[in-house]
Amino acid sequence: MSQRYLPLLATLAIFIIAYIASTFQFPPMFSTRVIGNLLTDNAFLGIAAVGMTFVILSGGIDLSIGSVIAFTSIFLAMILATTSIHPLLAFAIVLVMTTAFGALMGAIIHYLDMPAFIVTLAGMFLARGLAFVVSIDSIPIKHPFYETLQDWYLRLPGGGRFTLIGAAMIVTFLVCIVIAHRTRFGANVYALGGGVATAKLMGVDVARTTIAIYAVSGLLAGLSGIVYSIYTSAGYSLATVGVELDAIAAVVIGGTLLSGGVGFVAGTFIGIAIQGLIQTYITFDGTLSSWWTKILIGILLFSFVAMQKGILLFSKDRSQKAG
Amino acid sequence: MSDRVSLLRRLAPQLIALGAILFLIWLVFPAFFSLTFQNGRAYGSLIDVLNRGAPVALLSIGMTVVIATKGIDLSVGAVMAICGAVAASASVQGQPIATTLFLALSVGVICGLWNGVLVAFLNIQPIIATLILMVAGRGIAQLITEGAILTFDDPSLAFVGSGAFLGLPVPIVIWVVFATLVTLVLRRSALGMLIEAVGINRRASMLAGVNAPVLLIAAYILSGICASIAGVAIAADIRGADANNAGLWLELDAILAVVVGGTSLLGGRFSIIGSLLGAMIIQAINTGILLSGFPPQFNLIIKAAIVVVILIIQSPEAKTLLSFVNRTRPAPVAAPKGAQQ
Repeated sequence: MSQRYLPLLATLAIFIIAYIASTFQFPPMFSTRVIGNLLTDNAFLGIAAVGMTFVILSGGIDLSIGSVIAFTSIFLAMILATTSIHPLLAFAIVLVMTTAFGALMGAIIHYLDMPAFIVTLAGMFLARGLAFVVSIDSIPIKHPFYETLQDWYLRLPGGGRFTLIGAAMIVTFLVCIVIAHRTRFGANVYALGGGVATAKLMGVDVARTTIAIYAVSGLLAGLSGIVYSIYTSAGYSLATVGVELDAIAAVVIGGTLLSGGVGFVAGTFIGIAIQGLIQTYITFDGTLSSWWTKILIGILLFSFVAMQKGILLFSKDRSQKAG
Repeated sequence: MSDRVSLLRRLAPQLIALGAILFLIWLVFPAFFSLTFQNGRAYGSLIDVLNRGAPVALLSIGMTVVIATKGIDLSVGAVMAICGAVAASASVQGQPIATTLFLALSVGVICGLWNGVLVAFLNIQPIIATLILMVAGRGIAQLITEGAILTFDDPSLAFVGSGAFLGLPVPIVIWVVFATLVTLVLRRSALGMLIEAVGINRRASMLAGVNAPVLLIAAYILSGICASIAGVAIAADIRGADANNAGLWLELDAILAVVVGGTSLLGGRFSIIGSLLGAMIIQAINTGILLSGFPPQFNLIIKAAIVVVILIIQSPEAKTLLSFVNRTRPAPVAAPKGAQQ
């Protein structure tokens, strides 16, 4: 049983060790300011990565989330600049749209029996194209309600700020941890990832679950887009290119197997935290160039995958299927 | 003779799609098929499609073989950036053209070897194994160019990207010759069949005596070489290596080309000619949208729509539907998925 938690524990251990090590080098890194900023800066990525975790747990992949985030932000900016509707109503409209978009991709994947990789790749082109059609300029958002949202934060001891969007990420993670481990839908997701044929025999409604998974991913990508628009106070159709890769990296570093069925939503949170830590460290160091972030994340990805393989290899508890 | 007929039949959807797209472009842009010769080289929109499509065509050759082994290579765009950077920096340091090309190709081979070892010996899923180099690769390329766009002005290197050979732009000659070479090697020997065997069932093929690890590594090395040639061609075309943008998202276009070309992502039977047709379909869509004067914002939507239509026509469910329609005719029994031939 404890073996299930091994990758998660290893990820957590590496995060704590890395954080302590960088604190020794740069003592100011251990402050509520840094932690608060880490949460704020990675809020949109974290929320999107939760959706990606569900998709990957079910054995699929969703390449469209970066484009969906960009579409959401530009759509919100446009609708708030040209109409007088309240932002909350705009949020509702855009969330319905992105959820429907995800559900549509899920339906195509299931009913046409096409690989998720290709369907969501087409979805990525489509969402980015729709964002271009809305506008190719960067549109600022000046609604007073946005300022209220941005001004809401808890002052932490030590001067750090726990912002609304940081809180939104934490709440998303908590809700989705409960959904993944305590609901029928969560169990169905794990069952699908373990094997579609087995899941069917167990009585899982494969069609409904597949569509729901991609709908959830679309919903969270939409939420992530809202958070991104609050974070930047603007909408831009070329924003968040490649965010899906950062999200996949966070999920994998968080100990979820890409083959599906194994992993935790909480692990993704640590994956996000590790990526944020690397960026913070590079900012503190000042001499390292930003491209080291990419190389370090690549090295981390490799070590985690190798570590997972090692754990699988040395486990004698159960016989492994041939890969 | 019957081989040729079955090949035509297999490629019919791609040929029809390409023909339909070219016809549509011709309707809105009648000058599309006109060719002119100036200074001993051909000019025209058709040549432009073949030339601009060269990087994706090159990548799709290697990608087809990797996908046939039930793999995928996400790193090709990053490898293009690395190899372009290596070629540019070697040229800046005054290396002769032969050394420059050799260095770039060797780096491509090393990148492919890395991916191949991860997949074949560490048994890492291809999508993750190559994701590592995809993420890290652009960082490595930026280390080589030191974050700037590295420009060079060696005319012999620039010839690779923008020169002309026998009246045709060099990139066209490169991808046509390379594709012919790879097809001949794979189809005139048993290699192609062995690769399909590994893709359909790696374990069974190993039990049957196929050396699957070596074939897998060779497939990823081929993909690395293709990426390296494409990377050098792109750098040579603009006389500079741009670590940030060279080959950006081309891996997705290459995968799309392979899938549009009729090779299943589930591995097994593959067609390099199909993938090249797929690459040309994608480039014809891009060029066609530009020529037809649509607002450029609509490019991606039109591209997505066309790709979805082509994929739906090819999907197993649609084929089942078609075979119902054709039931009056004695249709060949559909083989179960993953067990073709």
